[in-house]
Amino acid sequence: MGTIELLMQGFVVALSPESLMFALIGAILGTLIGALPGLGPANGVAILIPLAFSLGLSPTSSLILLTSVYAGAMYGGRISSILLNIPGDEPAMMTCLDGYPMALKGKAAEALATSAIASFIGSFIATIGLVILAPILAKFALKFGPSEYFALFALAFATLGGITGKNQFKTLIAAALGLMIATVGIDISSGVQRFTYNNLHLFEGVDFLIAIVGLFAISELFFFLEQHAGDGLKQVALNKLKLTAKDILYIMPASIRGALLGFVSGVLPGAGASLGSFVSYTLEKKYSDKGEFGKGDPRGVAAPEAGNNGAASGALVPMLTLGVPGSGTTAVLLAMLISLNVNPGPMLFEQSPDLVWGVIAALFVGNLVLLLLNIPMVGIFVKLLSIPPKYLMPIVTLVASVGIFSITGSAMDLYFMVGFGVLGYVLRKIEIPLVPVILGMLLGPEMEKNLRHALVLSDGDWSVLLNSGLSIGLWVVAAAGLILPIIVGPILRAKMKRPKDGLPD
Amino acid sequence: MLKTVSMKSVLVSGAAALTIAGQAYAYEPARSAECIAPANPGGGWDFTCRSVGKVLTDLDYIKGNVQTVNMAGAGGGVAFAHTVSKRTTDESLIVAASTATTTRLAQGQFPGMNADQVKWVGTLGADYGVIAVGKDSKYTSLKQMMDALKGNPGAVKFAGGSASGGWDHLKVLITAKEANVENLPKIRYLAFSGGSEALVQVVGGHVDAFTGDISEVKGFMDSGDLRVLAVLSEERLAKPFDQIPTALEQGISSVAPNWRGFYVPGDASQESYDWWVNTIDELYQTQEWKDVMVKNGLMPFKKSGEEFTQFVKNQTLDIQILSKDIGLIK
Repeated sequence: MGTIELLMQGFVVALSPESLMFALIGAILGTLIGALPGLGPANGVAILIPLAFSLGLSPTSSLILLTSVYAGAMYGGRISSILLNIPGDEPAMMTCLDGYPMALKGKAAEALATSAIASFIGSFIATIGLVILAPILAKFALKFGPSEYFALFALAFATLGGITGKNQFKTLIAAALGLMIATVGIDISSGVQRFTYNNLHLFEGVDFLIAIVGLFAISELFFFLEQHAGDGLKQVALNKLKLTAKDILYIMPASIRGALLGFVSGVLPGAGASLGSFVSYTLEKKYSDKGEFGKGDPRGVAAPEAGNNGAASGALVPMLTLGVPGSGTTAVLLAMLISLNVNPGPMLFEQSPDLVWGVIAALFVGNLVLLLLNIPMVGIFVKLLSIPPKYLMPIVTLVASVGIFSITGSAMDLYFMVGFGVLGYVLRKIEIPLVPVILGMLLGPEMEKNLRHALVLSDGDWSVLLNSGLSIGLWVVAAAGLILPIIVGPILRAKMKRPKDGLPD
Repeated sequence: MLKTVSMKSVLVSGAAALTIAGQAYAYEPARSAECIAPANPGGGWDFTCRSVGKVLTDLDYIKGNVQTVNMAGAGGGVAFAHTVSKRTTDESLIVAASTATTTRLAQGQFPGMNADQVKWVGTLGADYGVIAVGKDSKYTSLKQMMDALKGNPGAVKFAGGSASGGWDHLKVLITAKEANVENLPKIRYLAFSGGSEALVQVVGGHVDAFTGDISEVKGFMDSGDLRVLAVLSEERLAKPFDQIPTALEQGISSVAPNWRGFYVPGDASQESYDWWVNTIDELYQTQEWKDVMVKNGLMPFKKSGEEFTQFVKNQTLDIQILSKDIGLIK
């Protein structure tokens, strides 16, 4: 069956009333979560995973709901960037640079509309990229043997710090912590229990979902308790929207370039959306230096928004085809799929075309919904920004607890969840990033398994790790991903800082 | 957690079920029952609970509903421990089980627990083991492959979806043992997180052979990428699997059904146990259940009551011996 045909079948799934409803709910919740300062897409998805479980949704519905949340959070992230100059998450940081100055000039509505359109273009183009690339990669995935997978996971870890990562050492600590947690439980290669101390609850290791919900959602609650942040935040007032076709055409090239760059950086494992929006912004600035970037150029809003939305869809490519997440949020989605007994990888395209293509089609539908939601209804989301968190956080905690309990029906897991919440709080306090912890937990066992398989197959000969062009290529990219940030990173970060320093407060 | 059933309070609903059962029992089922699926939603045990629960209520064996409770952990160990410690006399509780349960019991992976602590009700079908190779493999029969292993136990590398020592691994060992292959611990087995992951490695030509269940191979068998050398059942399976030879036909008496069934708490009354055994027996005969089996690729495999209890004991013992042979347990 051709790709187009499969995609059409996907639309049949995505346009069913049930799927439409979940896409709409996901889009609204996602935008809301993305708009709240500090809550990014990874948190958003982490908070809503338990909801999907407690509602007993099918894998397809769950994934449609959560990818819509993901896409929505990418849209929503820009609202607080533009109105408050506080990025909702890391990828939305670049949007502050021109979005907030635009708002200060009395063009807040235009900035929001511009970013909504650019987000749409970014997601739309990248989803087309996903449609084209994913099936090719899924076929190609048969070429991945244990040694290739091992190289791929090494690549994912090597690029974890990323170019925008602040402190490589802290990233390393976080990843190591994740790897350590991952060693608990049965070792499938030998059938031996490790670090379980004869406690049944540890036999299958620590559940990713519990760790994710604890680290992201529950730690958020602790931060709230600490801050007593009862009040909404001061924000720039919203003017009446005046957007002409000419304005839209003006940002078109920047959006398309941003989308493509974002998609590529999203596909690279470990790099993710921050890199997408960052590269899109800097290149756009270089390319068209006659504009007034940093002082409220609409193209400076469009490029990074298209970039981070493009990267969001791009990151789904390695997640669906190889089972290797391209970003923190896809790591969370991957954990959920595994818990639903859906194994991402090349077989997913063979065995569950309904799910894969339904979700891809739902991304198209969801983005259209988001565009329609975001232009006329942006005022409502802006109002939601001023809801005091004291009403919000108890709901988050309730949803998280009920959901986790409904997965396994064990009170023990709730203790674990709270434990991870405390750990997440401590880690965030000392500025150790959380995403590498999750990636370490998810990828560690896979990496270990593949190394051991490769060595069993070669009867203990280590040269097997470099036995194909594919694995050599992956190792080269991994080495580049590890070394480049150390050289290029400080330069790029210095550049990134400069325009930001120039902003009025 | 749930209430223990008061027998008197359920006379009315019990009477209706008895008419269907057509036989008088001292035990009357509760208005509602609970089925523990010892894993997350979406897997085999979850399916067992949900499909049996649905047929039980559709056919009025249970008047109210059969609630499926997912209790994941330790490959069924958490649910087993829960049953033997907190629900010892609960007569409206059934727990889904399969070969994975007996394997773990045999290998002492439920510490301090054994198969005698619960009552084994019966099975409702099985998924049979297969051994398969990629389409470009040099092996065309199971016998050929086993002969190669006799020469060198490391000659063929197997990929499967269970941990080392798990059921997919054991299928290879059972077969090799029956074929008189010596030095079983030297047989190479690669553990993957699921059957589909293992299949991709075999189809992709990275690993020599696949060990798994018949329900896992249909896609790649139809596409011609996979050659199934043998199915580990007593007789050939029904269409569309009737072209696959059994191991028995090839002179290797290896039979490996991954059965799906239930146990109930060890101190549940004899009457309630008899009721469950009889109900599962009748359920197995109904058209509704036959439809469920066809739709989900379950093959016939029926044992219940005393016969099933004996089967579980034998299987546990066999697995124990095999696990000792390969040095997994002492």
